[in-house]
Amino acid sequence: MTKLNSYEQAVADYEPVLGLETHIELDTNTKMFCGCPTAFGAEPNTQVCPVCLALPGALPVANKAAIEATIKIGLALNCRIAEWTRFARKNYFYPDMPKNFQTSQYEEPLCEEGYVDVVVEGETYRVEIERVHLEEDTGKTLHVGGATGRIHGATESLVDYNRAGIPLVEIVTKPVPGTGALAPEVARAYTAELRDIVRSLGVSDVRMEQGSLRCDVNLSLNLPGEAWGTRTETKNVNSLRSVERAVRYEVRRQSALLDAGERIFQETRHFHEATGETSPGRSKEEATDYRYFPEPDLAVMEPSREWVEELRTSLPEPPRKRRERLQEAWSLADKEMQSVVNADAVDLIETTVAAGAAPAAAVKWWLGELSRRANETGDELGALAITPAQVAELQGMVDDGRLNDKLARQVIDGVLAGEGSPAEVAAKRGLEVVSDTGALETAVDEAIAANPAVAEKIRGGTHAAAGVLIGAVMKATKGQADAGTVRKIILDKLS
Amino acid sequence: MSTISREEVAHLARLARLEVTDDELDAFAGQLDVILESMKALAEVDTDDVQPTSHAVPLVNVFREDLPQPSLSREAALAGGPDTAEDRFRVPRILDEEA
Amino acid sequence: MAQPSRIIDKTAAELAADIREGRLTSVEVTTAFLDRIEAVDATVKAFLHVDREGALAAAREADAAIAADEEASPLAGVPVAVKDVVVTKGLPTTAASKILEGWIPPYDATIVERIKAARMPILGKTNMDEFAMGSSTEYSAYFKTRNPWDTGRIPGGSGGGSAAAVAAKMAPLAIGTDTGGSIRQPGAVTGTFGAKPTYGSNSRYGLIAFSSSLDTPGPVSRNALDAALLHEVISGHDPRDSTSIDAPVPPVAEAARLGASGDLTGVKLGVVKEFAEGAEAAEPGVIAAYEAGVEQLVKLGAEIVEVSCPSFTYALPTYYLIAPSEASSNLARYDGVRYGLRTGDDGKHSLEEVMSLTREAGFGPEVKRRIILGTYALSAGYVDAFYGKAQKVRTLIKRDFEAAFEQVDAIISPTTPFVAFKFGERTGDPYQMYLADLYTIPSNLYGGPGVSVPVGLADGMPVGLQVCGPVMGDDIAYRVAAALESTQDTPLADTAPELEGN
Repeated sequence: MTKLNSYEQAVADYEPVLGLETHIELDTNTKMFCGCPTAFGAEPNTQVCPVCLALPGALPVANKAAIEATIKIGLALNCRIAEWTRFARKNYFYPDMPKNFQTSQYEEPLCEEGYVDVVVEGETYRVEIERVHLEEDTGKTLHVGGATGRIHGATESLVDYNRAGIPLVEIVTKPVPGTGALAPEVARAYTAELRDIVRSLGVSDVRMEQGSLRCDVNLSLNLPGEAWGTRTETKNVNSLRSVERAVRYEVRRQSALLDAGERIFQETRHFHEATGETSPGRSKEEATDYRYFPEPDLAVMEPSREWVEELRTSLPEPPRKRRERLQEAWSLADKEMQSVVNADAVDLIETTVAAGAAPAAAVKWWLGELSRRANETGDELGALAITPAQVAELQGMVDDGRLNDKLARQVIDGVLAGEGSPAEVAAKRGLEVVSDTGALETAVDEAIAANPAVAEKIRGGTHAAAGVLIGAVMKATKGQADAGTVRKIILDKLS
Repeated sequence: MSTISREEVAHLARLARLEVTDDELDAFAGQLDVILESMKALAEVDTDDVQPTSHAVPLVNVFREDLPQPSLSREAALAGGPDTAEDRFRVPRILDEEA
Repeated sequence: MAQPSRIIDKTAAELAADIREGRLTSVEVTTAFLDRIEAVDATVKAFLHVDREGALAAAREADAAIAADEEASPLAGVPVAVKDVVVTKGLPTTAASKILEGWIPPYDATIVERIKAARMPILGKTNMDEFAMGSSTEYSAYFKTRNPWDTGRIPGGSGGGSAAAVAAKMAPLAIGTDTGGSIRQPGAVTGTFGAKPTYGSNSRYGLIAFSSSLDTPGPVSRNALDAALLHEVISGHDPRDSTSIDAPVPPVAEAARLGASGDLTGVKLGVVKEFAEGAEAAEPGVIAAYEAGVEQLVKLGAEIVEVSCPSFTYALPTYYLIAPSEASSNLARYDGVRYGLRTGDDGKHSLEEVMSLTREAGFGPEVKRRIILGTYALSAGYVDAFYGKAQKVRTLIKRDFEAAFEQVDAIISPTTPFVAFKFGERTGDPYQMYLADLYTIPSNLYGGPGVSVPVGLADGMPVGLQVCGPVMGDDIAYRVAAALESTQDTPLADTAPELEGN
């Protein structure tokens, strides 16, 4: 049983130093070094060719779109773009890597020396980027015969090379000291910010659950004023929450070891989603020697300054600046804006506002009713079958008094069921507010006649009793009356 | 004089995934020596400020457009495999964790 | 000189003309070579695989295309043999290694696509040193190929099969590959013509890699013009090879025809001072034959100029760091997972053990030796001193040759220091074997073209003269070689002893 300190005690005694290595799968049409498609979820071994299967004689040719995407990421992370850069072979044997070397970059990455600022609890932390380089992904291995599909206890494995060769960008931070007790939150905020930046560039769908964004978390502890400690590298951290938990766990585990006078080994550890724990990888019998050398099958790259500047010009507004701008424009408090960001609704609300809705209304619909619907079905907000333009149209009908909130929700039912635009649904389902006062007066008269005792109370000055008559009128008009108007008519008649 | 020990050859063989025999260890250790002796010749060459040559004709920025090409059929992709199952390449149990 | 009576005695250029002009069909020509293979290959053992049916089918198609007046390549209908290191769709391709035994590629190398597009029937796949590592074809995992001039001797290597097939007239043309001399040295010792084109001018896509920055495919034939015609079929830019040069192919056939006129007036031929200084490695008979050839070139009007390439001394060690380093990585893919041999998968061994057992069983000793050397040269702490240093020395070698080519049009030398040796003579000592490539390796390092043309005999065995040109100057090498041929009454290749079975 691993001994753990309490987190509070651990960060009171030790200073954590973070480091993050993030792998992002680019969503190019084709793989890094061949023309195979990259669609997620294809039948096994149907997106492979001589190059990505490493058949004898096959040769790589670099995908220009992947180079561009990497340069864009580098620029968005404030990096210097190399004037001279090349690929290198990282040699090691593993069955999901067809060539038994990974074409990667070594001493000359495409991008170096950048930074990302993240805000945690009102404090800005600068996370420095050491390098951004381009490499290729591996295939996928299915372990068979073990209890849980894990490598331990498996009797054999099955390999699918569809993913092998998909362009992979690796982003490595410099060590991040000085975060103190907030190390887990800073790690999470950095990962989220990186995800948003890359998503804004449109070069990856950065979905952690599909593995298109994968994190390795490095962590070491040291006593205040002393040199940095030995770090561990925790792999397999595949959600924002897990990034936070992995850091927290390693802080607790390492501090307990250090308290007991034990050493931290520089090792690879694996994160377990179910328990939130990390466990050591199988120790290698000897240190890995990757025997890097320049890839002789590929030409060197010299990204021209014109090209780099052209790409720089094409960059979208950074997500952080955009969020600040929108928060101000929408007059949202920090907390409200955070909810919008967490719900992944920034784009949706922005488009809804652009289509004519007031910001407050757009926020209300997306974070309220529509978030509730998405939760019910387990969909992401953006996956709902209603467009921002339709939400704006719906709100317009409310503003015009043609719909009340209750009717609007019924209209949403229809839109989500694919019955058409809000106006079409309202028309088809007959969901307009009844504004014909003649019809309403008749309904009120009928309600008064049916409830003489209540009418008497109102005449006696107990206006609160009007609710009963309003309810009856609403029922008679199937909810299509405006409650305020009905109330006014009742009070007029009974005063 | 031997510059590469038997143990070193054994280490190299493990890196290169070769299950060499004892006889081969001896033979390779001796023969690598002969070659390495001649390699020492290069140490005497002054290459300060000399740029490396990777290819005789230097080419830069050789890229391909991001346009899909046909993949192999699954049958063709799997045809060479010594052992396949469930449309995948079957391998025996793996000891190492992913590097 | 009597007109050749047999189809197999004709040159490729003659056969192409006969087929084009209707005197012969491709089926007749292809059948003649297939029959010749049947008759003598039991003795020579040049082929790992013969594709009679495929070759005849391609021949019939070639005949139909010619009959239909389709635009035909200059070699349409002329059959060719392909070194087994070149990937051929549907035809076994092993690189003469047990590790690829039984592998049937699902794709064609670019140069094979071009051969097929030129309607040249492929006779079969020729033997070689395993993964092209060797200079005698003794390291084939399957069998030794014999030199048609003396079946007790090696045919050179690594492309001994292609050279022997052409020397024994089992094929009018063949494809070879050259990393340190594997086209030219077999050419020299079998009395055939072999050309290593400029690196990058011939696609490597589908060429099973030995050393990526040095490997170059090229033609093997009995004379310069035939090689030049095949050169033009396979050469040119290939977008699937990132190291392929996007520039026009030098006019080598035109140069060969020009050379055949026998005039070298105004051509300056360089003799590298340091090559001669290393002459203790060259046999006297080789030097004598070579010098006689040089005299002939002078008679044709060439001027001989001594040039200096001081870094030549380092060419061999540079090569023996770069080539094994790249090879150790290129050969990592042979692991018994996706294709080829798998050994030890008995339910008891782990994947790691099965990979090691497979590679141990599948690779021959010379391949393993080079993998170990390359692994050593790339291992932590050594890569800068070894591979990195070798790349820098490569720059110096390149500079020396570039400087030499400012003074001369081409550089000449013996192709190899010795004639074909007897089987087993040099297998015990790798360094002695490596010396076979002493004069051929520099052009792989600086990247320029080199051709080997038969120049004479020493003790009854053929000797080759090498002509090297500047990068993308393949034409001058062909021109000089063809000029030398014009001084020979009978092409040397036609004086080979007849083999049993004729």
